[in-house]
Amino acid sequence: MKHLWLTAWADIIESLRAKWFIVYSGVFGGIVVLLFVFGITESRIMGFTGLTRLLITYIQLTIAILPVFVLITTVRSVAGDREAGVFEYLLSLPISLSAWFWGRFLGRFIVVFLPVFLAMVGAVIWAAIKGADIPWALFTSYTGLLLAVAWCFLGIGMLISTLARSSDVAQGLAFVTWLAFLLFMDLILLGIMIREGLPSDTAVAISLINPLQVFRTAAMILFDPQLVILGPSAYVILDMFSETGYIIWAIVYPVLLGTLSAFTGYYLFKKGDLP
Amino acid sequence: MIEFNNVKKTFKRTEVLKGLNLKIEKGDRIALVGSNGAGKTTMIRCLLGEYVCEGQVLVNGHDPRHERQLVLKDIGFVPQLPPPLKMPVGQLIHFSASLCNSDPKQMINVVERLGLDFVELKSRPFVKLSGGQKQKILISIALGRDAKILILDEPAANLDPDARHIFFQLLAENKDAVMLISSHRLDEVAALVNRVIEMDQGLVVLDDRVEDEVDLDSILHTEIKIKRVDEAFAKAINLWNFESGDGTHWRGQVAGPDRLRFLGVLSRYAAILKDIHMEEKTGD
Repeated sequence: MKHLWLTAWADIIESLRAKWFIVYSGVFGGIVVLLFVFGITESRIMGFTGLTRLLITYIQLTIAILPVFVLITTVRSVAGDREAGVFEYLLSLPISLSAWFWGRFLGRFIVVFLPVFLAMVGAVIWAAIKGADIPWALFTSYTGLLLAVAWCFLGIGMLISTLARSSDVAQGLAFVTWLAFLLFMDLILLGIMIREGLPSDTAVAISLINPLQVFRTAAMILFDPQLVILGPSAYVILDMFSETGYIIWAIVYPVLLGTLSAFTGYYLFKKGDLP
Repeated sequence: MIEFNNVKKTFKRTEVLKGLNLKIEKGDRIALVGSNGAGKTTMIRCLLGEYVCEGQVLVNGHDPRHERQLVLKDIGFVPQLPPPLKMPVGQLIHFSASLCNSDPKQMINVVERLGLDFVELKSRPFVKLSGGQKQKILISIALGRDAKILILDEPAANLDPDARHIFFQLLAENKDAVMLISSHRLDEVAALVNRVIEMDQGLVVLDDRVEDEVDLDSILHTEIKIKRVDEAFAKAINLWNFESGDGTHWRGQVAGPDRLRFLGVLSRYAAILKDIHMEEKTGD
């Protein structure tokens, strides 16, 4: 365990000094600042105002940006480290492969989750100073969702980094993966497929296994429990899961998917050439 | 101590190691030479358990791939190209020392012996150091622990003459360790070793013992006279920290194991050389 935490800490320090992290933190911190600046807290949508309105907008934007950010930065830095000789040197030290792989996973998870979470915490603190009501239930659910998004796409990113031997290939693969998830969302291909007569069971199955769609639906359900925006497919989802059940699914499934991807990545990493 | 039994390594369709057989015994200080693509780096990576290969690699009877920690705790490695680590030097040393169960003070001691100011460097990112400084830090991590096997890939390439001398002294202090020093040029490492292994196209093509009477710790007091003042010569000899009053009579010191390399430099100015005198003084 000592080696795992040492590796995690080393990865955190490496990441904190990397350019991608500065951009990454800047984007999510910037989103919250911009939402305040543009008066999102004062505007109204579906009856929501104040911090709730800000958090709803923030989670929508985050779910659109976070997956691709996590995927690209993970594969670029991990595959880039391998290319640059970081693996060759650090893996010549007496550390077990499991401590190395999971230490990096853990360190990277902290690094990708914290800025997103802290931006949200910052908004809550600011709202508290201003005397606004804090929607703690929403805040907790969003924290769970963000945690699941970060974990899921980090796991997928680690798998891609293991599969691809160069950072260019890894980056390409990550982008294609994200694009595939994006295409199979209700807004794009899935919508067209439903219009073209795709059986509803298949459409629901696709939307339930596509992590991007799962997050989008979960983010919607938190402010629109009847899923009016989603149309008729809302009945299927609500009949199958109920509101709470779906939120649990939206957290548990991506965490499992991310864990499974990371384990597959670890298995391949352990079996193959390290540098 | 180290055995390679019919080791083969293939990348896609290219066979880089073609059935390598080699035994390395305690006390061996080996120069591993060969051109680019000869298989030196691949062999080192198989020894470090970083590559999956056919055949058998054993270190004290253990497989470095499956018993990584057991094998690697005894191996100090200095790569040819320093990794672009962003972590501060202090953290890198503490990280490495913790993994190796070593005392970081021992590594810091080597850092300072190699002429670096640890206090000044400890909070600087490793990647921001100069090539020579990076090399010294990696050497300190490899030599500042109780390594029984040292694998050094072009270890002294970026070091100045003074640091090279200290480096040779450090190697002399680790005389019991098996050393595998990889280099493109034999003259760079000849004086450090007692065995030369040349690789070509994935096979050992030469395995020979060499005279190892050179004291790694020795110093050669050297005087050189040249026929006339020469700017290019002055520039080259200044890199060895030689001094002269009139530009024709130069005095300085050369580390014993560096003599061949030094003579190689002088050979470029053979036409203007008038007199060379080298006298050995051992470190004792």
